[in-house]
Amino acid sequence: MSTTTPTRPPAATNAVRQRPGDRIFKGVATASGLAILVILAGVAAFLLYQAYPALVAPAADIAGGEGFWKYTAELVFGTALSAALALVIGAPLGVGIALFITHYAPRKLAAPLGYVIDLLAAIPSIVYGLWGVFVFAPALVPIYAWLADNLGWLPLFAGPVSSGRTMLTAGLVLAVMILPVITALSREVFRQTPTLQQEAALALGATRWEMVKYAVIPYGKSGVVAASMLGLGRALGETMAVAAVLSVAGGVTFNLISTQNPGTIAANIALQFPESTGLGVNLLVATGLVLFVITFLVNFAARAIVARTSKG
Amino acid sequence: MSKRIDVSDLNIYYGDFLAVEGVSMAIEPRSVTAFIGPSGCGKSTFLRSLNRMHEVIPGARVEGKVVMDGQDLYGSDIDPVDVRRTVGMVFQRPNPFPTMSIAENVLAGARLNSKRMRKSEADDLVESSLQGANLWNEVKDRLDRPGAGLSGGQQQRLCIARAIAVKPQVLLMDEPCSALDPISTLAIEDLIQKLKSDYTIVIVTHNMQQASRVSDMTAFFNIAGTGKPGKLIEMSDTASIFSNPSQKATEDYVSGRFG
Ligand SMILES: Nc1ncnc2c1ncn2[C@@H]1O[C@H](COP(=O)(O)OP(=O)(O)O)[C@@H](O)[C@H]1O
Ligand SMILES: [Mg+2]
Repeated sequence: MSTTTPTRPPAATNAVRQRPGDRIFKGVATASGLAILVILAGVAAFLLYQAYPALVAPAADIAGGEGFWKYTAELVFGTALSAALALVIGAPLGVGIALFITHYAPRKLAAPLGYVIDLLAAIPSIVYGLWGVFVFAPALVPIYAWLADNLGWLPLFAGPVSSGRTMLTAGLVLAVMILPVITALSREVFRQTPTLQQEAALALGATRWEMVKYAVIPYGKSGVVAASMLGLGRALGETMAVAAVLSVAGGVTFNLISTQNPGTIAANIALQFPESTGLGVNLLVATGLVLFVITFLVNFAARAIVARTSKG
Repeated sequence: MSKRIDVSDLNIYYGDFLAVEGVSMAIEPRSVTAFIGPSGCGKSTFLRSLNRMHEVIPGARVEGKVVMDGQDLYGSDIDPVDVRRTVGMVFQRPNPFPTMSIAENVLAGARLNSKRMRKSEADDLVESSLQGANLWNEVKDRLDRPGAGLSGGQQQRLCIARAIAVKPQVLLMDEPCSALDPISTLAIEDLIQKLKSDYTIVIVTHNMQQASRVSDMTAFFNIAGTGKPGKLIEMSDTASIFSNPSQKATEDYVSGRFG
């Protein structure tokens, strides 16, 4: 059963004359690759050029009066916290949904569920923001009140609870937003688990879950890491939804259910940009540069993790 | 540690397609039974119905009875997971778990839904199973290396070790040597001879010399044409199937005068 091996194409030899199709394809592919690098370099150059004045300006001239790094540090913290929440909630949920679709759901249910999740990716982020503000946040207030009453001794749930426009709400909205990419990619890798491996586990007397643990998850691990990192990248850079949902007061706090929250880089740019001039604009671009660097680092980390797990 | 299997009137389906029709046979304990027949006649399908691996394919189902020790394996109160622990299986292509070490591979089945094993217990099981699969001497110095690093023949013996570590009663093998070189094939055939003193063994093979070398009983399956169901043509002791078959089709097939 299912033991057909893909037939291997005959090995190409260098001696063979280059065909025009190959040459054209090679040219197009190389040009596309170079274009990406040029665009990326262009963006980086623009960011650096525009950010420079803010980087060298005296501390007193920067909004808040305490210098660029203080201003940015709070935003970096808010960005990291909201994205981390999104990842902690969204990744397990996305992986769970992907496993359900590929290995548990009856086929009649699996396909529609897949479509619905994919559709989530097509919703504009401002719609998520509005939904977050008008529907989700109010609905969460009773839960936050309960958390503050019963788990208020944890710094995370210290409160006070007034509206639902909290860091946790922002994290939850972001989690929903990154769900499609995590689910779609995980679903693909789980679907490709070799039947031979799955049957190896089943034939030993594995239950469905044990089979998933033995064959599917180890096989899909690096794909799941990559999917999560893509989701994290999206959460780090998400702008409009966070701008709408999160009530910002500045500062650095792990209190997830109050309205006194640090902002995030992307949302802060969107909110401040219309009223900014001169050095204010440079400052926003400089924070954008920091986000650019963070996203880059996340991608590098993802690659390193994928390289390590896929070896194992 | 080995059991008799009685199959009666087994029909095996993939969805609406009847792949194997009306098979009845008795498989004796502590013996090797070989299934031979042309490609597509349903040998693998029938073999997989003996440990309920058939039904893991969507839409696949079975009608009829497979009785082991007085119990119908397809009875409504029988858990297929238990059936597969009693009736182990080795596949055509060696399939050790690629992310696990040699030792972990051996222990994979034994660790399933069982209590914690002590380290010494686990070590003993690894050694006895690898000894049982004639692999111990070749791998005892590198038990923590990945199983995927072994040669094809060693991987297949690792899979046999993994199967016998669960302590099954019956071992099903679906063309276990078809992906292996002649030397590895001989190693597996030797192993089968040794295993039959402890297990009921059923082996599908394309290779008639192999069937005559390793098996006590041989069952010949045939198919009337594409889209038609495969059927059991005859089953007898191996010597008479090869020297004195009762059916014309069997004689044609074993003498190589086939279609
Ligand atoms: N997964 C499957 N789905 C549908 N039909 C299958 C499947 N596997 C095998 N079959 C069909 O069942 C019949 C028997 O196949 P198989 O048991 O693999 O034959 P053999 O092992 O004797 O070569 C063939 O007609 C084959 O096409
Ligand atoms: Mg077969």
